[in-house]
Amino acid sequence: MKNLTKHLVIALTTLSLFSCGDDDDSTPDIINEEEVITTLIATFTDPATSETITLQSQDLDGDTGDAPVVTVSGSFSADTTYEGTVQFLNETESPAEDITEEVEEEDDEHQVFYTFSSDLDGSITYTSFDGDGNPLGTTADLDAGDASMGTLTITLRHEPTKPNDGTLADAGGETDIQVSFPVTIE
Amino acid sequence: MKFIVWLNALLLSTVMFGQNCSNTLTGYVIDLHDSSVLTEVTLIIAGSEISTITDKEGKYSISNLCARTYTLQVSHPECETQVVKVVVNGNTTRNINMEHHLESLGDVELVAHAHKAKSRTATEQIVAHDILEQNSSGSLGDALNNLSGVTSLNTGNTVVKPVIQGLHSSRIVLITDGTRLQDQEWGVEHAPNIDINAAGEVTVIKGAAGLQYGGDAVGGTIIIEPEKVPVKDTLFGRTIYTGASNGRGGTITSSLTKSFNNGWYASINGTYKRFGDFEAPDYVLSNTGIDEKNISARIGINKYLFGLEASYSLVDKESGILRSSHLGGAEDLVIAINSDRPFIVEDFTYKIDAPRQDVKHQVLKVNGFYRFENFGKLSSQLSYQRNNRLEFDIRRDSEDTRPSIDLQLESTSGQIDFEYTADKTITAKAGISGTFQEHFPNPSTGVRRLIPDYEAYHFGLYTLGSKDFGALTIEAGFRYDYNRIEAEKFYTTSFWEERGYDIEFANFEVEESGNQIFVTPDFDYHNFSATIGTAYEFNTNNNIAFNYSLASRSPNVSELFSDGLHQSAARIELGDLSFKQEVANKFSINFEHNTKDWGFKIAPFANFIDNFILIEPTGIQQTIRGNFQVWEYRQTQARLLGFDIDNRIQLYKNLELNSQFSIVKGKDIALDNTIIDIPSASTRNAITYRIPEVNNLNLKLESNFVFRQNEFPDNNFEVFLVETETTEIVDISTPPDAYHLINFRGDIDFAINKKSTLNLSLMVNNIFNTKYREYLNRQRFFADDLGRNILLQLKVSY
Repeated sequence: MKNLTKHLVIALTTLSLFSCGDDDDSTPDIINEEEVITTLIATFTDPATSETITLQSQDLDGDTGDAPVVTVSGSFSADTTYEGTVQFLNETESPAEDITEEVEEEDDEHQVFYTFSSDLDGSITYTSFDGDGNPLGTTADLDAGDASMGTLTITLRHEPTKPNDGTLADAGGETDIQVSFPVTIE
Repeated sequence: MKFIVWLNALLLSTVMFGQNCSNTLTGYVIDLHDSSVLTEVTLIIAGSEISTITDKEGKYSISNLCARTYTLQVSHPECETQVVKVVVNGNTTRNINMEHHLESLGDVELVAHAHKAKSRTATEQIVAHDILEQNSSGSLGDALNNLSGVTSLNTGNTVVKPVIQGLHSSRIVLITDGTRLQDQEWGVEHAPNIDINAAGEVTVIKGAAGLQYGGDAVGGTIIIEPEKVPVKDTLFGRTIYTGASNGRGGTITSSLTKSFNNGWYASINGTYKRFGDFEAPDYVLSNTGIDEKNISARIGINKYLFGLEASYSLVDKESGILRSSHLGGAEDLVIAINSDRPFIVEDFTYKIDAPRQDVKHQVLKVNGFYRFENFGKLSSQLSYQRNNRLEFDIRRDSEDTRPSIDLQLESTSGQIDFEYTADKTITAKAGISGTFQEHFPNPSTGVRRLIPDYEAYHFGLYTLGSKDFGALTIEAGFRYDYNRIEAEKFYTTSFWEERGYDIEFANFEVEESGNQIFVTPDFDYHNFSATIGTAYEFNTNNNIAFNYSLASRSPNVSELFSDGLHQSAARIELGDLSFKQEVANKFSINFEHNTKDWGFKIAPFANFIDNFILIEPTGIQQTIRGNFQVWEYRQTQARLLGFDIDNRIQLYKNLELNSQFSIVKGKDIALDNTIIDIPSASTRNAITYRIPEVNNLNLKLESNFVFRQNEFPDNNFEVFLVETETTEIVDISTPPDAYHLINFRGDIDFAINKKSTLNLSLMVNNIFNTKYREYLNRQRFFADDLGRNILLQLKVSY
């Protein structure tokens, strides 16, 4: 018995000295961030002239590194109503994932908010709604008023309180995307 | 008693047909192994009722014996009972040797638990078994909160990390049953994976003096030991049921131990804990439930000369994270902070949704020892640990049930220690240890990994000893640790270049792939640590100890590699590859006065830390998701000063007053500023009334006052709200107000039968349902802390 124990102790000792694990030298898989929305494209079309204004924000390297690139293709015309659609993409994946579809599928958990700065004379009328008849906002009509300059902020909220009074403060939830565009109405 | 002895002697002499029966047998009972004498050994003359007990010198004496051979049964609670034949012929002297097992075995009664100091000169505190049992439905952090100088860093009330004299996470070494716990302790929301119900005793060393456990315990070491198993034929166990009003749940834990005279033993322990949403005084804390299942088992043999044990434990804990603490960007944070109530308050439920954590920790271990008589003890162990950590965030697509974080850390460790035991005035220990770790973040999450794939190697060796010179003890030790980490990580190329890593660490670059770059950073760290101390006993009532310890800690994986959005903190966290190791010089004094009526302990300390790594806000990053605050790790010189006081006064026969006070002050010397997240000063005062005659009735009223932390760095920042077109200050710095909680506890024993007792206790925490927020609770921005909680606990020992 005593000898057996001695052997066991020695075996343990040896094991603990030479217990280095398996070596697998495979390179880890690259992860293309699936949770991120890299791109927001808002397209506003004047049905009378088919003139289109595109607001775009693109941030291909995610949250760190470079800041998003924000572009506005042109100016809105005063006293005109535009039909707008907004599209969310994840371009880190190839082909790019259209997240708008996901937002529309889970319409009761999302809402797109359009916020005009006070110096900009514009307003929004929702044209898309969730199953309960509350605004969704993936499409909306934009009424451009008098000539003015300011910012239009587009925000996608996840799990906001619905119905809400149309303000971000009342809606709560989490911001999935938020971009402020410099906008001119002439 | 004497009468019986006389009577027996008389009877015996009658039986012996009038032989000369006036002989006396005397002698000492001696520990076979260190030649010390054993007191309170019972000697019974077989076949009679003559018995005696050894005195303080280990001496026994039996008189009125006849001249013949007697059979003596010699027994001691900590030794195997022996049968000895003695020939009495005239007045006879006979010394008896026994095997004393105290050093490796405890006593079953658990009344006088033989606590062995882990360090001779450092400040050390113990959480006794009964305190652990009272916290059966809580966590290790909750139980440690009972000690002065130990607080906790919480995420809600179920994720509780211990803080020792202001320091936490990687700065605390946690030893469970002799093995260092490897459970990704670097994260602030990673609580130690310990089943408090499987612990027999917990010791906290406030500093790095426990060199046998590790050299990087800048904050301290927590040592968790299982209940000890006696070497005798016995079967015992206990079951504790705790039901709590807050969270509307409870815990059931049960343990069973079987041991034999020949040293074999087996023990099993299981715990199930289930709570629904907890409640603050005014609202339900939605999604804060917990579901925890733990099991541990061990089997072994424990002889005097050798021992061998195999054990396994599993801690499987699922905890909900307050729904309202999950945020988008800085704008959401402003709204949350400015709101009195959490945004989402739903009806009470047991359901645990995202965000939640699901952590499994398994330990498989074999350990053994061999004793060289009159020389020392060699111990060795081999362990394998696997930590699986899943964090489920709120995904954009609620159909997507994949975790956002899926980490697996496997650690294999071996350790050999030798303890010299031949000289009672000397303690000497030396050992070597090695660990191999493999970390695998599962890519199937579809979320970029903050913590990369890595392999880590560790090798350590130490020597530690002390020598007593009468009332004076001197202690010293030295340790060397080698750490190597080989990581494989994808950075976004723009970030890699922005940080200048493409120049400084160009040698790590492997290849670019899209807008990411694959790199293989390798780092080596050589760490030295040491301790030296002295203790002096003025008399039996007063003693003082002084200790200096040097600790070195390698930067952890989070400090090195973090490079993006930490969703559960709603902030961008950035590490730094160029970090050096943190080096702490801690000086501590411990003065103790102890008499029956008055116990007093004061333990001041000063901790000077070079290259102290801290994380703090440095700016705002514009992202497509809105603005996020950026928190960057940086290194600085830190100084922590403070003291802990413990006081016990026996006011009246059964009335005791216990008081504690702790304070820490942290300073960033390089920037001449205060340090973030230093615990507030606090005082805890309890009055206990005991009536042992009435079924051991205990009544305790406790006041816990936590001061406001007035020293904090200003990390507030501004954010522009598009809707109101205003710039708002995001106040993430100002600590909450002071608070005062009153708790009650009463307990009483009932005997069920000869072997079993039932202990019934009632606890009421936060009696007055006080609304409060704690500075070191990461959810203080979103919700109040727990409201009143009434707990009923039943404990059956059998």
